[in-house]
Amino acid sequence: MLNIIGLQAIPLAKWIDSLVNELTKFTEFFNVISNFIGGIINGFQWFFDLIPFWLFIIIIIALTAFANKKKQNYALLVFELLGLLLIVNLGFWRDMTQTLTLVLTSTLISLIIGIPVGIWMGKSDTAELIFKPILDFMQTMPAFVYLIPAVAFFGIGMVPGVVASVIFAMPPTVRMTNLGIRQVPTELIEAAESYGSTKWQELFKVQLPLAKSTMMAGVNQSMMLSLSMVVIASMIGAMGLGTRVYFAVGRNDAGNGFAAGIAIVILAIILDRLTQALTKQKK
Amino acid sequence: MTVKVKVTDLTKIFGRRSSRAKELLKKGKNKSEILKETGATIGVDRANFEIEDGEIFVIMGLSGSGKSTVLRMINRLIEPTSGKVEIDGQDLMKVDKKELLDIRRKKMSMVFQNFGLFPNRTVLENTEYGLEIQGVDKETRKQKAIEALKEVGLEGYYDQYPDQLSGGMQQRVGLARALANDSQILLMDEAFSALDPLIRSDMQDQLLDLQERLHKTIIFISHDLNEALKIGDHIMIMKDAKVIQIGTPEDILTKPADDYVEKFIESVDRTKVLTAENVMIRPTTINIQKDGPRLALKRMREDEVSMVYVIDNQHKLVGALDVMDVAKLVKEGSRDLASIVSKDHIPTTSPDTPLQDLMEEISQTPIPYAVIDDDGRLKGIIIRGSVLGALTGNEVSEFA
Repeated sequence: MLNIIGLQAIPLAKWIDSLVNELTKFTEFFNVISNFIGGIINGFQWFFDLIPFWLFIIIIIALTAFANKKKQNYALLVFELLGLLLIVNLGFWRDMTQTLTLVLTSTLISLIIGIPVGIWMGKSDTAELIFKPILDFMQTMPAFVYLIPAVAFFGIGMVPGVVASVIFAMPPTVRMTNLGIRQVPTELIEAAESYGSTKWQELFKVQLPLAKSTMMAGVNQSMMLSLSMVVIASMIGAMGLGTRVYFAVGRNDAGNGFAAGIAIVILAIILDRLTQALTKQKK
Repeated sequence: MTVKVKVTDLTKIFGRRSSRAKELLKKGKNKSEILKETGATIGVDRANFEIEDGEIFVIMGLSGSGKSTVLRMINRLIEPTSGKVEIDGQDLMKVDKKELLDIRRKKMSMVFQNFGLFPNRTVLENTEYGLEIQGVDKETRKQKAIEALKEVGLEGYYDQYPDQLSGGMQQRVGLARALANDSQILLMDEAFSALDPLIRSDMQDQLLDLQERLHKTIIFISHDLNEALKIGDHIMIMKDAKVIQIGTPEDILTKPADDYVEKFIESVDRTKVLTAENVMIRPTTINIQKDGPRLALKRMREDEVSMVYVIDNQHKLVGALDVMDVAKLVKEGSRDLASIVSKDHIPTTSPDTPLQDLMEEISQTPIPYAVIDDDGRLKGIIIRGSVLGALTGNEVSEFA
């Protein structure tokens, strides 16, 4: 079809296929990653299965009360209580904890990778130049596309779901870390340097503490983005509330679809408010 | 006096084509010509100066003159393109990274225009910063920081955060942080420029006060000539990356190197800087041990004055003669000058009295001030005209 401009179609799809095929040969490597991610997932899930729902609710409410201790938000506490009880009542409790596991694992891995990369970008203009387009690519590529190689490398289940979520959700953490570090006033950097700080001291005593609130905004965004991935990830076998929604779509079951959807919304609001409150805690 | 900091041919060129720009500099092209030709900006053009141990050395210039760049090359926050900085005889350009950190930690401390305080740290933690990164133990650094904070008058503010303090107090914290390190050299980058005029003046006084006790070597950047003249032992004036003049405040005022400096000093409040010595003029005198009344009368006529100062062989001030009295004496045919010398009512002052302290009296009495040194010798007199001349910058006496 592209012959109209006298050129053969570039076999882009073929190239990518062969690249993916080549990469799948590194089984060992992907096993290590898979085990690592699987370990984190099992850890979270073990913990959530261990504690009864009422204790979980108490922990969440206590955590929120602690994070807002300067200015208590009672409406939020009531919302959390009722919302979580509703999830129990609907019979979505285990699905909710699975979804939470997926979100927390993706967020954790986003931080483990994203913060160092963000720091690197913040400190080096070259690194910023290289990573910026990569981040743009990661964020704008439709999230569905990540599922395909994720399955090729990690099979189906929670692990590829986490991998796809991380790719999609990590950029805000990286960007906001970079921004936070670059926002530190030059004079403060000069102050740190003029007193003879090493680069590490400068980073840990000045740049990171001052970048903290900006970085936390990025973490919050990453968490929300990975939550938005749960339905998509359910297509490759990541269990949780997303699976409920996905099944409901297949059966044209609007009632159950919305019920599971509302449970996701409740979880999203709780996670969002909680991380925001923790961010604002200062001094 | 020993030289603490010696700077030789220090040059900074910003931009890529610095070697080409350097060639052009050598050919004598100026900053804007080089910018046009190469795109490189000359930050500092071959600065040479020496700073003595224990003095306040003010680097003065408008923004873009290169003064901040010079300061930052002294602790290598900005890497010089070429040239040499020596501190206590040690060439700073030849030290490795570790030594440089050590020099920054032990020898120099910097104070910033916008204070440079860490907003996430308390006053005490800010003051401790320099010691903290050296790995000094908690107790010692707390003690030193408290000492430094007391020194600047911030006792009891230890647990406040910088944003809870006023600008003047914040800069005191900046100063305390520098003092806590016990370094001999203070680099002060427009340290008082962000403060209100009254507070600025207070801080200048406090700095002078501290300096009297601590004898640091202070390199102070300023764009305010009044400030420079007030606190500086030496002043270096920069313009367009070049050093224009280095001298004492008096040198700058009395012998400006060029039109630029002259224009600069036009707006200065000279009464604070000039002393009696700077504005006095040569008096009409007669020697009581040699001269007679006729000569006195002749001198007064020549100089068109109605009064003449009487001195002895040692040039000591004896008194003054009024023209009427001398005329009477001549009429009577007497030569006894001593009988009519009036010894009272001659206001006197020492050569180093600031003009500021004399202004009021001078404006009230028509009798000139006699400037006498410690041995009572008459050095000159101050008349209203010479004061006015000096204040407008036109006729500063050269004869001291």
